[in-house]
Amino acid sequence: MSKQIEVPELGAFALMRYAWVQLTSMRTALILLMLMAVAAIPGSLIPQRLTNPIAVREFFKSDRDLAIWYDRFSLFDVYGSPWFSAIYILLFISLIGCVLPRSVEHYKSMLAKPPATPKNLNRLSHFQEFHGSQESMNRANSWFAKNRFRVRVDAETISAEKGYLRETGNLLFHLSLILVLIGVSFGSLFGMRGEAIINVGERFISVPTSYDTLAFGKLSNDGSLSPFQIKVNKFDAKYDPKTSSPQDYTAWVTAEIDGKSSQEILKVNKPLTFGHTRVYLQANGYSPVVTVRDSLQNVVFQGPVPFLPQDGNLRSIGSIKVPDAKPSVGFVASFLPTNSRTTSQGSISIYPELLDPKLLFSIWEGDLGLDSGIPQSIYKIDTTNLKQIGLGSVKPGETYEYEGGSITLETVVPWVNLQVVRDPGKSFALAGGILAILGLLTSLYGRRRRIWIRIDGERIEVAGLAKNSAPGLENEIDKFIRAIKGEK
Amino acid sequence: MQTTWAYVSNYFVYSAMAVFSISFISHAFETAFAVRTPENADSTDGNLMTKTLDYKRTERAARIATALMALGFLLLLAGVIARGISNGHVPWGNMYEFSITGALAFTGAYLIALRKYDLRWLGLFISLGVLLTLGTAITLLYRDSAPLVPALKSTWLVIHVVAAIISGGVFLLANVIAGAYLYLDNLERKGGRPAWLRRLPNLEVLDQLSYRLVAFVFPLWTFAVIAGAIWAESAWGRYWGWDPKETWAFITWVAYAAYLHARVTVGWRGRRAAWLCIFAGSTFLFNYVYVNVWGTGKHTYSGL
Ligand code: HEM
Repeated sequence: MSKQIEVPELGAFALMRYAWVQLTSMRTALILLMLMAVAAIPGSLIPQRLTNPIAVREFFKSDRDLAIWYDRFSLFDVYGSPWFSAIYILLFISLIGCVLPRSVEHYKSMLAKPPATPKNLNRLSHFQEFHGSQESMNRANSWFAKNRFRVRVDAETISAEKGYLRETGNLLFHLSLILVLIGVSFGSLFGMRGEAIINVGERFISVPTSYDTLAFGKLSNDGSLSPFQIKVNKFDAKYDPKTSSPQDYTAWVTAEIDGKSSQEILKVNKPLTFGHTRVYLQANGYSPVVTVRDSLQNVVFQGPVPFLPQDGNLRSIGSIKVPDAKPSVGFVASFLPTNSRTTSQGSISIYPELLDPKLLFSIWEGDLGLDSGIPQSIYKIDTTNLKQIGLGSVKPGETYEYEGGSITLETVVPWVNLQVVRDPGKSFALAGGILAILGLLTSLYGRRRRIWIRIDGERIEVAGLAKNSAPGLENEIDKFIRAIKGEK
Repeated sequence: MQTTWAYVSNYFVYSAMAVFSISFISHAFETAFAVRTPENADSTDGNLMTKTLDYKRTERAARIATALMALGFLLLLAGVIARGISNGHVPWGNMYEFSITGALAFTGAYLIALRKYDLRWLGLFISLGVLLTLGTAITLLYRDSAPLVPALKSTWLVIHVVAAIISGGVFLLANVIAGAYLYLDNLERKGGRPAWLRRLPNLEVLDQLSYRLVAFVFPLWTFAVIAGAIWAESAWGRYWGWDPKETWAFITWVAYAAYLHARVTVGWRGRRAAWLCIFAGSTFLFNYVYVNVWGTGKHTYSGL
């Protein structure tokens, strides 16, 4: 809000004051705003850990040196980086430093009367003069009152002002940006986010160990998990027969919290809500239900195994690990909901529904490394130390026998991926957003203007001034003058 | 039934293109033939500055050109609506549909602004711009009508996209005007405008106009971003995730906020303001083209 000031003599207080004045100046605000726009750009061009961790990993593989340099400048985490944070923190300090004093000033000026009429009205815009009498002044006064101008009535002149709402709206807008920021920070400090894959027919209990991934905000922890349970009773996916593109996903679930249970329908745009916690239907796929037996016909593994979809027709990959077999075996598998053979690509899926499902696998024997302590993907098996002992495929109900045992595909069930999110700050952010729009509307569409009238004997002078040369004052003054003259 | 409506839509879009082409020709005709060399001037000196403008001769061409813009708008509107019927949902599922709707919003913004300001001089560029957009859309971006993927089935999508497309149309119009400002400013610095450009408003009016347009539509763009966030919250479990599309929407928003600040609080006018306006508008275009075509992220699943 200030003009550029001279560099003062040194002195801690003076220096701080100088820094403060500079930081809260309009020019700094402008520079920070532009910096913010520019600083947000790299994050959309370079893959981000937050949104695309796989691409970041690939970047490291393909150009390690560059990636290391990028990483030094937090270019894979732009929106959490020190420099991005610095810009928006400075911006918001500047904003607070600018808006709070302005609010106080504005509040005072709303209580005060408009400033006195300038001496020479004829130097101002919209100047007009004509004949009139005291009666004209009375009419002017009641016109101002009717149109809700705030007036200052002096001996021979009236100074009237309208449109304070414009400034109020502007302040409201800037203040509500602070509210949005508070909401966002609150959400990231006290929030949580987790994901879990659930086979249809299974029950999910919200405790830390049931999640596949789980992350908490800095000021939140395990103890804050909402204690709900969800049983997925049925899942239905509809696809467009022509293009295989998905049209609708619906999950029918039984939700339970605090001993109360209810039947619910979960869709992509319709999350379930438990207080601040919401549960979203995010993804889906298939789990072949298999039984693996050893050579003595003992069951060594049984159950659904979630497979990871690879394309729009839900060709999926997965692995079946059987550490209980002696020696232990693993199946590196792919699953095709509607299988078909092509000469060029081999076996593929041609439709995402279970029209002609088939499980293809290679069988590996040896130490699966499950006890090695190194975290493993549930969808993959590292086969470097294993020996391949077979290659086969089964359809539902079929059994494939290999040297040392057999595998049966019993049936196939869908799985759904539920995303569980708690964001206690989001209603603040939303309120901030709504107030921001209201503030903007009053600020950008509002017109602040002054009208002056002075009587000098028989002569009446009128002039006006619109802030930001907003249009419309001319019409208004015309109406005003007609009213004074008693015309309709 | 579905395909019939898609055909109907295509016919409307093609006819709109034909009408916009004729409008373009009429605008060009008007611009070219309004210039007249005065009888007493030396016709060999080739100095454009001695020529004058006479719009009486071309008044009819001008009126035809504007009427054709309006007709083109109506045809395109019909095309967009038919496309919506053929899809069974609002026609904003892929880039072809965004493009035809965007062209519609752009034409609409021009026609509405035309009622308040004499902007007919812009018609030449507007009709050309709309033609190029529609041409690219129908040749490169065309996709058959298809149902929406589940995440796109939301009322918020409709609200969000309507707001974004209208904002975009107005932003682009502001950009064209800022561009015209810079071009004319250059000419005036070099000596003056040639006759055919003398009809355009003076620099100050252009400067104010692009500001007015931005100030007018900035709240709507803010709303579009917030509506997008509300939709993302219900579809993806977070209202903001720095997805490339979101990031660029944010960049556009901040850039226009900077532009408004530069004008209102720091007092920028003229060239600097025009460049800032063009920068902000380019971030919008970039978002639309780059992120849809080459980007990654959750917004790119529309198959273009
Ligand atoms: C998050 C960053 C900010 C955003 C998005 C923002 C946005 C805006 C917008 C859209 C306007 C309306 C312009 C118009 O009336 O045409 C505005 C006006 C204004 N802003 Fe900001 N602003 C921000 C930060 C700041 C800061 C840091 C300051 C103070 C240093 C500031 C002070 C002002 C002032 C004084 C006005 C002019 C009010 C008027 O006379 O109309 N803003 N701002």
